[in-house]
Amino acid sequence: MERADRGLLVRRFLPVAVVGTLLLVYPFVVKDAFWQNLAILALIGAGAAAAWNLLGGFAGQVSFGHSIFFGIGAYTTGFLLVHHGTSPWLGMVAGAALAAVAGIVIGFPVFRLRSHYFSIATIALQQLAFVIALNSNALGSATGLQLPIKAEGLANLQFSVRDATDYHLVALGLFGFCSLAVWLFLRGRPGSYLRAIRDDEEVARAMGVPVRRYKLLAIALSAALTALMGGFFAMYALFVQPSAVISLNRAIEIVLIAVLGGAGTLWGPLVGAWVLVFLEQETRVSFAGGGSGLDFVIYGLLVMLIAVIEPSGLVGLARRVRARLARWSPPGRTAP
Amino acid sequence: MGEIPQALVSGLLIGAVYALVAVGLTLVFGVMDIVNFAHGNFLMVGMYVSVFAFSQLGIDPLFSIPIAALAVSMLGIATYLALIKPVLKGPVLSQIIVTFGLLIFLQGAAQFLFKADSRGVPNPILDTFKLQLGTVAAGGPQLAAAVGAVLFTAAIWLFLTRTEIGGALSAVSQDPGAAQLMGINPDRLHMLAWAIAGASVGAAAGLLMSFFTVDPGAGGNFGLVAFVVVSLGGFGSLRGALVAGLCLGVVQDMVGLYAPPYAFAAVFALYLVVVLIRPQGLFGTR
Repeated sequence: MERADRGLLVRRFLPVAVVGTLLLVYPFVVKDAFWQNLAILALIGAGAAAAWNLLGGFAGQVSFGHSIFFGIGAYTTGFLLVHHGTSPWLGMVAGAALAAVAGIVIGFPVFRLRSHYFSIATIALQQLAFVIALNSNALGSATGLQLPIKAEGLANLQFSVRDATDYHLVALGLFGFCSLAVWLFLRGRPGSYLRAIRDDEEVARAMGVPVRRYKLLAIALSAALTALMGGFFAMYALFVQPSAVISLNRAIEIVLIAVLGGAGTLWGPLVGAWVLVFLEQETRVSFAGGGSGLDFVIYGLLVMLIAVIEPSGLVGLARRVRARLARWSPPGRTAP
Repeated sequence: MGEIPQALVSGLLIGAVYALVAVGLTLVFGVMDIVNFAHGNFLMVGMYVSVFAFSQLGIDPLFSIPIAALAVSMLGIATYLALIKPVLKGPVLSQIIVTFGLLIFLQGAAQFLFKADSRGVPNPILDTFKLQLGTVAAGGPQLAAAVGAVLFTAAIWLFLTRTEIGGALSAVSQDPGAAQLMGINPDRLHMLAWAIAGASVGAAAGLLMSFFTVDPGAGGNFGLVAFVVVSLGGFGSLRGALVAGLCLGVVQDMVGLYAPPYAFAAVFALYLVVVLIRPQGLFGTR
């Protein structure tokens, strides 16, 4: 029994330790600007997708409007820094709190809608938020907010532009925080409640699951974590542009990362983010000027394949391959 | 003062096209509970067909409507067979993301093949005609698009309510199990629904090309409006799509009169307000 427990512990935490170490060492080994930038964007995407996954993957509420929360994080951090000189860390916390409130305000009425209806309503909300940001003078309209350059250091969340190691470490820390928060939240009762809601809301309600309360909890936490990554993105880019932070494209990217990697899996966002950001950056470099469309062709194909073949994404596909390999273990070992 | 009647008329004209774009979406949803997130990009494909029919074959958009309708109808059938049929029994998440993947794929493919330039048809035949009533004017292309949209919508409605095969389609949408017991093959009818959906959106594309340009993002806004039209009218309701399309067209042009940046946003705001009061939409039953 004890041995089995230890085996489970090793199986579960060894991969986390290995991947965590690799991500920690990465910026010290990889010094190429392209690959450093890629890793940071992947970690930002992975953090936001992990947050989305809580609501979309585990609770089954597919939101196409998460850029609202990403944007709230970015704009709050940027606005407070530009107009009040507030520390970006405080700005990120404020953004997360504001996003959680926005999530509840949105969720309260919109959770009355189910599946497709919910998804479409989130698109409509995203469009409204985008138009508001685009026309708000306080938020810099279409140009957005340019953040002031401050003294380098962790306190100001601004580092040397020549070597992005420090940005990478902060991004890794934030991604770790998001994943940990999602894991801790899902580990206990909320996790089984959310899965019950995803599988069949009526049945869950009949079993006594407080459906509405848990959906609201999920959207609040999901929104807050997404906003945190949005705030960091603003600091990394030193620019808050509506088209980059609160657009439909940003919302779609968050969904794509989670779905590609594996909706409803804990590893999915990290896997999906690396694949997606790599494709995005690589096609941008290979086809100068960007926007060749080839990256979209590839994502589109991948998403369709995943939906048809393996809804649990690349992570689910890997699991399936592993299970098949295990069954095919060499005959010598099992033979008497 | 002449602006308000003008906005009303232009709103109604564009609203009719919104309705036609939404008809296919609502039909497929009604028959099989699937939302085609790529629907707007079906429209974009139809618009490219129309543009190339002009630039390669010299056919005016008005006369290439059957070609566009046929092409998009094929696309609809292919989508059903390759993507929708495999996920029909799968998890809801797969059903939501599969057409979402198609949306991204089609937009990427258009951008890759035709670049980001917007293309139009210079001097379409319909442009030579214009209707003027007092201070209110209606361009030939807009007028033709609205009339065509109403005709197509009516034709589909007649087909569904007055023909045997249309009745079978309605039967499948109400109770697929019972329909199968009655000897109706749901698979063939699902395919038919996708074919009609494609044809109607292809026809809408042909009608639009007399006064719109197309670029790889063209499907975006029309697709979004189509979702709103369908949710507002009630999923699966043709009548709802027509009423909602006209309403949204008018709201968009009226708001555009006073606050141009918010014209498009007003469409979404109206939708949210209605759907929060009446989640099933104006004419929806579920």
